[in-house]
Order: sequence, then structure tokens, then C-alpha cells
Amino acid sequence: MKNITTLKEFACTPDRFNGGHRLCPGCAHGMIVREVINATDDDVVVSTATGCLEVCTAIYPYTSWDVSWLHIGFENAAAGISGAEAMYKALSRKNKSFNPDKNVKFVAFGGDGGTYDIGFQSLSGATERGHDFLYVCLDNEGYMNTGGQRSSATPIGAHTTTSPRGRVSYGEKNRKKDLTMIMAAHGCPYVATATPGSKHWKDMAQKAAKALSTVGPTFINALSPCTTEWKFKPEDTVEISDLAVETCMFPLYEIEDGHKLTINYKPKNKLPVEEYLSKQGRFSHLFKPENRWVIEEIQKEVDRYWEYLLRREEAGV
Amino acid sequence: MATPKEMMTTWDSIQFGAVLPSFEDPKNKVRSKFNSFNYKVADWRVEKPVFNRNLCIDCDFCWVFCPDSCFEVEEVVNKRGKKQAKIVGINYDLCKGCGVCVEVCPTPIKSLLMFSEFVDNDDALKQWPKKEDKKD
Ligand SMILES: Cc1ncc(C[n+]2csc(CCOP(=O)(O)OP(=O)(O)O)c2C)c(N)n1
Ligand code: SF4
Ligand code: SF4
Ligand code: SF4
Ligand SMILES: [Mg+2]
Repeated sequence: MKNITTLKEFACTPDRFNGGHRLCPGCAHGMIVREVINATDDDVVVSTATGCLEVCTAIYPYTSWDVSWLHIGFENAAAGISGAEAMYKALSRKNKSFNPDKNVKFVAFGGDGGTYDIGFQSLSGATERGHDFLYVCLDNEGYMNTGGQRSSATPIGAHTTTSPRGRVSYGEKNRKKDLTMIMAAHGCPYVATATPGSKHWKDMAQKAAKALSTVGPTFINALSPCTTEWKFKPEDTVEISDLAVETCMFPLYEIEDGHKLTINYKPKNKLPVEEYLSKQGRFSHLFKPENRWVIEEIQKEVDRYWEYLLRREEAGV
Repeated sequence: MATPKEMMTTWDSIQFGAVLPSFEDPKNKVRSKFNSFNYKVADWRVEKPVFNRNLCIDCDFCWVFCPDSCFEVEEVVNKRGKKQAKIVGINYDLCKGCGVCVEVCPTPIKSLLMFSEFVDNDDALKQWPKKEDKKD
């Protein structure tokens, strides 16, 4: 496992996920992927589900990936990586792998659409079969590469093109699916949440390093603020991540062996959810008098969930 | 047996079970010419970050949060014999001008500031705010 202590030392890592990709300026996908790939010095095999990340990092004739990389469909990043992992294991057993002296890590990246929704069956299957891989969900709470449709990761109240705000609509009506807990319920040895907040670079890098060195299926759900569809200024990506954590809209925690929950960061003063919502155009309609009750409901749900995490941590279950 | 470079550039040479080492030339960390590292997105930008070496404390926040891997670092050894990254510049071919690096830079007077694309970097450094007017 790569020892990640100081940023000064971590920054000596030569990037194997490079710039020159076409993700929007300030897109958090780039920050997250860099941290995950930099969290190991071993050889890496990556598969990416279709979505902003895949489309923007593989425009012919260029690639942003300086690792073995598998172009796969929208729904099967986990199936792809589990196949690659199984083949590699089989070849190694027969002494036929190309560089047997090297450690190889298998990583899949999928958007929330490609993970919570359409790719869920392949992720669940690969996890249940127990392949040795890390799956990272880049959760920007919608199908952003196709113009911002809702997914089961879209939070209540968010405006998207398929959950539009209007005279009678306050945006998305369904609650965000709790995928992290669903993955933990598979009995994965390691599951965690992460986001590129200013205080949390180490949290994310260490979680990636830990997941990569854990044998078996591991999962990281990374909140990835999307400047284009969440409607905030590109320079504010890190601040939005910070606010998601400080308001407990997106708590940072990890679960080991399917049950042992640890909260990795507890805000000193939990901020009201307004602080997070008001910085993003996708929630601006909630501040109209007739929609204020939605903010209250969101706050109640956030408080309830935070309380649940605290109690679970305390009980050690 | 094909070399990593051959496998990286021609489909015919790829071998079963080959997990390619990173970099076309792993020793010197040379990237393939088809790496997007060699593509330019500079024309996406209307403002650019300018780096002031004199104020920088090498915290490397800009390096870790830049989504486009723009910060060029040099590995140096500190007094206690530990390796650390010194920021030496910005790769302006890869920078899209998002401004994230400026936001995360923690020095009291920022070591990174946005300037119009057409301002010369040396002129920008001359215009750098002093202690008195750091508030605006
Ligand atoms: C089977 C299939 N259906 C639809 C598409 C079109 N498509 C490409 S990317 C995308 C949205 C991806 O959303 P998400 O997984 O959340 O990733 P993001 O772009 O938001 O990072 C869709 C619907 C596709 N490529 N394949
Ligand atoms: S649409 Fe959003 S997720 Fe996609 S590249 Fe742009 S900022 Fe990133
Ligand atoms: S402006 Fe954005 S892309 Fe350019 S160096 Fe700063 S963080 Fe990187
Ligand atoms: S964030 Fe600012 S102080 Fe820190 S290394 Fe970058 S330029 Fe220097
Ligand atoms: Mg998405």
C-alpha cells in the first residue's frame, strides 16, 4: 500500500492521468481520477463506463491514460474489469502473464448513471463474484454527458432536464438512492465516500490507496461537483465539495467488511443545507417562498441521516 | 516479444495478458505522442493563472486540485532528507483557466492570480498586490 502522508511527498508522483482531456474547466472528475491513479505506484488496468470521463479522455487519436485502459459500454464497466482481472489471474496461474514480477491493480470508473442505474447489475454481479478490483463512482448526480438528465443519484429538489422546475414542479421528487450502503450490504471488504474538498485530499487519496491494497471488491462513491449542470462557477468546485461535507449533505465515511462504519470527518459546526444549495443554480428555485418547505424537508432528512451515521458508528455496527 | 512502445502504438503487437507499464519510456517518464499531454486546450481560456514563485510555500494544493494536471513540479530533498515537490511552473498548453488553483492557494497574498490572457506574465508579476491592498 502506498504510504500517503504529506502532500509535498504525494505531489512527487508522476501523473498517469494527464491533462489535455476535454472535461469542462473545473470539472471534479479530473481531480478525483488523478488522486485515485496517483494513490498507487503499481501498474493499473482501468475500465471506464461511457460518460463524461470516458468520452473526454479518449478523443482520437489521443488518450489521457498512461495505464492499460479498456473502452467499454455504459452499463458494463464492472463486468469489463472483472473479466480483465479474471483473465489476468488465469494467465498468471499458467505463468503466461506479460510482466509477472509486477503488481497489477484493477480499477473501474463509472458515472452515477453508469453505476446507480444502468451499470448496477454488472457492478452487483462483479461484487458478488468477489473479483479483486476497485470501483469508483463519479457521482455528479445526473446524466451530465448527455445534457443533464436525472438519475437515481439526483437529490430531491434538483432541477434537471427530466425533472424540470416550473410553475408546479420543484424539481426532482425522488430521494437519492443510498448506493454506498447498498454496496456495503454486498459484504464488500471496503466501501467509502469521498469528495475533493480542500481539507479532504488526503482522505480521498488514503481511501483509494486502502481500497487498492484490499483484496476483493471495493467501492468508493465520490461526489463530483459538475460546474456545467449544477450551475456554479468553475473556480468553486472545491468549495462546493467543502460545503457538501460541512452541511452533511455528503458525509465522509467508510465501512469495512460490510458493517464496521467509521465517520472520517465531523464538521465542527454543521452548516445549514442552504449554504450548499444556494451556491448552485440547480437549486435556485427552492428559495422561492412556495418552495421553501422543500429546503426544510431536505434539512430534516440530512439531520436524520447524520444522526443515524453517528449512532451506527458509536454502536460499532 | 514486443516492446511496451510497440504494444502502445500498434494493435498487432499487443500480447495477451500484457499490462502495459506506464509511460512509453518508463525510466525517463516519457509519454507517447498520442497522450493528450501533447494536445493543446489553451484556446479554451480567456484568463490564465500566473504563478509568483516568491510567495509560494510549496504546499502543493494547486497541484492536487488542478483537474488538468498543469502544475509542473521538481522533486527536491528537504532539510530532513525527505523528498518533496517544488512547483516550478504551469503547463499553459493544458490549462483551461478554471481558476481552481487560485481559489485553493492559501498564502496571505495569493501566489497564484488570474490575469487576462493578453497580459504578459512579467507585467502581471509587477502588478501583484502588496500587503496593504490584499483585501481586494
Ligand atoms: C446503453 C447506452 N445508453 C445510452 C447511452 C448514451 N449516454 C452516453 S453518456 C450518458 C450519460 C452518462 O451519465 P453518467 O453515467 O452519470 O456519467 P456523467 O457523464 O454524468 O459523468 C448516456 C445516457 C450510451 N452510451 N449507452
Ligand atoms: S458536464 Fe459536468 S461532469 Fe461533464 S465534463 Fe462538464 S463539468 Fe464535468
Ligand atoms: S486555472 Fe484550472 S486548469 Fe489552469 S492551472 Fe489552474 S486549476 Fe489548472
Ligand atoms: S497553492 Fe499556492 S502556495 Fe501552494 S504550492 Fe500552489 S502556488 Fe504555492
Ligand atoms: Mg453523472
